[in-house]
Amino acid sequence: MTTLTDPPRESFRLSMLIYDTRYRSITFQIIALIAFLTLIGWIINNTAQNLADLGKEPSFRFLSEPAGYDINQRLIDYTSQSTHLRAAFVGLLNTLLVAVMGCALATVLGVFIGVLRLSKNWVVSRIMTVYVEMFRNVPVLLWIVLIMAIMIETLPAPRAFKGDSPDATMKLFDTIALTNRGAYAPEPLFTRSLGDLHLFGQSSLNFNISLDLLVLLVVFFGGLFVSRKIKTRADKIQESTGERPTTWYLRLGVVVVPIIIVLIALGFHLGYPELKGFNFKGGTYMRNSLIALWLALSLYTAAFIAEIVRAGILAISHGQTEAAGALGLRPGRIMNLVVLPQALRIIIPPLISQYLNLTKNSSLAIAVGYMDITGTLGGITLNQTGRELETLLLLMLIYLCISLSISMVMNWYNKRVALVER
Amino acid sequence: MADLSYVRTEMLAERAPPATSVGFVGWARANLFSGPFNSILTIISLLFIFMVLKGLLPWVFSPTWSATSLAECREILHEMGREGHFSGACWGVIRERWVQLFFGFYPTEHYWRPIVVFILLFVALAPVLFAERVPKKLIWFSAVYPFLMIWMLWGGAIWSPLAAMAGFVIAYYVYKAVSVAASEVLGLIASVAAAIIWWLFLMGPVVSGLSSILPIGLEAVNSRNFGGFLLSITIGVIAIGFSLPIGIVLALGRQSDLPLVKYICVGFIEFIRGVPLITLLFVASTLLNIFLPPGTNFDIILRVIIMATLFSAAYMAETIRGGLAALPKGQYEGADSLGLNYWQSQRLIIMPQALKISIPGIVGNFIGLFKDTVLVSIIGLLDPLGLSTAIRADAAWNGIVWELYGFIALIFFIFCFGMSRYSMYLERKLKTSH
Repeated sequence: MTTLTDPPRESFRLSMLIYDTRYRSITFQIIALIAFLTLIGWIINNTAQNLADLGKEPSFRFLSEPAGYDINQRLIDYTSQSTHLRAAFVGLLNTLLVAVMGCALATVLGVFIGVLRLSKNWVVSRIMTVYVEMFRNVPVLLWIVLIMAIMIETLPAPRAFKGDSPDATMKLFDTIALTNRGAYAPEPLFTRSLGDLHLFGQSSLNFNISLDLLVLLVVFFGGLFVSRKIKTRADKIQESTGERPTTWYLRLGVVVVPIIIVLIALGFHLGYPELKGFNFKGGTYMRNSLIALWLALSLYTAAFIAEIVRAGILAISHGQTEAAGALGLRPGRIMNLVVLPQALRIIIPPLISQYLNLTKNSSLAIAVGYMDITGTLGGITLNQTGRELETLLLLMLIYLCISLSISMVMNWYNKRVALVER
Repeated sequence: MADLSYVRTEMLAERAPPATSVGFVGWARANLFSGPFNSILTIISLLFIFMVLKGLLPWVFSPTWSATSLAECREILHEMGREGHFSGACWGVIRERWVQLFFGFYPTEHYWRPIVVFILLFVALAPVLFAERVPKKLIWFSAVYPFLMIWMLWGGAIWSPLAAMAGFVIAYYVYKAVSVAASEVLGLIASVAAAIIWWLFLMGPVVSGLSSILPIGLEAVNSRNFGGFLLSITIGVIAIGFSLPIGIVLALGRQSDLPLVKYICVGFIEFIRGVPLITLLFVASTLLNIFLPPGTNFDIILRVIIMATLFSAAYMAETIRGGLAALPKGQYEGADSLGLNYWQSQRLIIMPQALKISIPGIVGNFIGLFKDTVLVSIIGLLDPLGLSTAIRADAAWNGIVWELYGFIALIFFIFCFGMSRYSMYLERKLKTSH
């Protein structure tokens, strides 16, 4: 008697590529790959053909040629004789400058507004609702252009500050001059400066970092570190004896006192802007375009951040607050120890994606003439060299790098705070 | 036993609550003056509102509606004894230019076309917006609407949009025929191939043949004449309409088990989401012609619409992916247990639910895209913002700021606020959990 233990051996047939689920996925992927490669090949082929017709061989050599245009708001040395690469670098730093300043202001405003929107005070929460809806529902570019136009039309020209009885005066005890060209604020100066640190030698990407600033940063973070140590020690004493030593003056002192000592040692003083001829000299100069962009991006993003903060706080169930109250915690401690740690878990991921949006929106600088990376590399460099393909590829690549690094931070944070579930 | 009763035998009559805890006084005590800090906050806020209104109201109510230049506005205000920057608005600019801000340079005698298109937009949206109150058949009109909209706005022979639609009909019948004769997979491939062959090779001759026999159509309007909110709405609606199917495909691709398909979709989505829209618009204005076969040259608005579609498709894909992820796993397993194959379960079980969940997100995408359409002013198109720059450069209105931007902002606000409120209402309506 024969038994049928083995299934009949199947030989591979061509139709199995379509009907057999084991092979079908491979068939599909090969079809998809062929279609994708054909599309890419078609585009590259067209591009090569078109560029050859135009007589433009793709090359990045233009980056080392002199740019020939001025950038009036910059963080590092730049002249019109510098290279296009240097101009792009100046632009990148300008993008990062406005992004960092914008994120900082937007967070402060957003948290403030978000918390006030939850206020029990009816009038206050209504005002904040109006603010949020007003900024959220109007394009950010409109805000940028509007603030720029207002600054140009309503602020006095530097000329107005001239004479014995000027039409305009400087604000805040004669330290800040608000003009239609921008704001002049006092700048920090050091009489016994340590000089600058030169990085990247003679290449296009060289820049200087003030050693004074580095020293201050080191002292500040050192102070924070020591202050943390004091806190850990106080925690330990509290755990073993039940009594907490008073440490707030020690903790404040180790941060503040060394900084004051370093500032005195370096001979810190402020350099005030002064009117010379028809314009101000000295001080830190922020162009009107930078201020307009900064304010508009911050105010716009703050509306979104306010909603995120509000949603995060509302998402913590009321039972948490009540349970904390039942344990005898005071309202302030309930907020700090129970609600905020849980709310932050909800708030931070969308907050970071708002930072990403703000950084991408900073590319709208080109509308008001602030020279960020889009204005330099994707604006004047593109128009002067006519290298659309190379400049735009480079520009997109830079933005992609910024975006991907921000999402990496977000993923890292998400992994760190993710709830460990059973 | 003595009749000692300490227990009340009848109820006390109900008394009115104290005057300080009901009505406006009670409400104000609870919400505005519940403590010293709150009271100070209320007073500061009220002062703030008062200051804003005191500055704003006289400015808004200024009798400059008939002025024809900024100088004339200033004269009118001067005669009334109002001086200074914020003494009064100059509304003459709005009276003179509002038609332009809405229609751009669209030919005056054809204004009815965008208006009809705009009204029909709501008819096309009705199956989505008020699903239970309109006949189901209306969804066919929604499918036809994008073609109708393009044809009515740009004009030209009626045969081009009809032939473009015919491509879908051909694809459907090829799919039917082949899937009955051979298999569904082959049917799918054959239908896509048939549609592409139709659009690329057969459509052109058929359209030109039909137009020479039966020249039915509307007068063509050049893209150059599009402007103002007409341009913003056109770009927004077309890009969202076409990005929806692309977004669905991308979202399914991203969730797919086939690694290659998945990586292509992830790469596309993350690339688009990682770069600002303005760089994509630069691509539209300078590079898109280089990517296409030599000699191809189509107008800038179409190129912008293509890039805006790709841009919103990536965001749409993420929204729909969120909807897919929100579906309970039991729905997928239930579809499998019924013996449905992948496409059947997507079409009958998964997508209807996932799309329903993602409608608020899709509306949010649309608001974002509609706001982003003002970016086209940077590459030189005359959307409301581009027009306002042109108006401010006009000698008569040089120096106008608030009135113009305020008007544009107000229109944007009305559109976007309305849509966001609607999506919130929808969210509440669609919420089926507790």
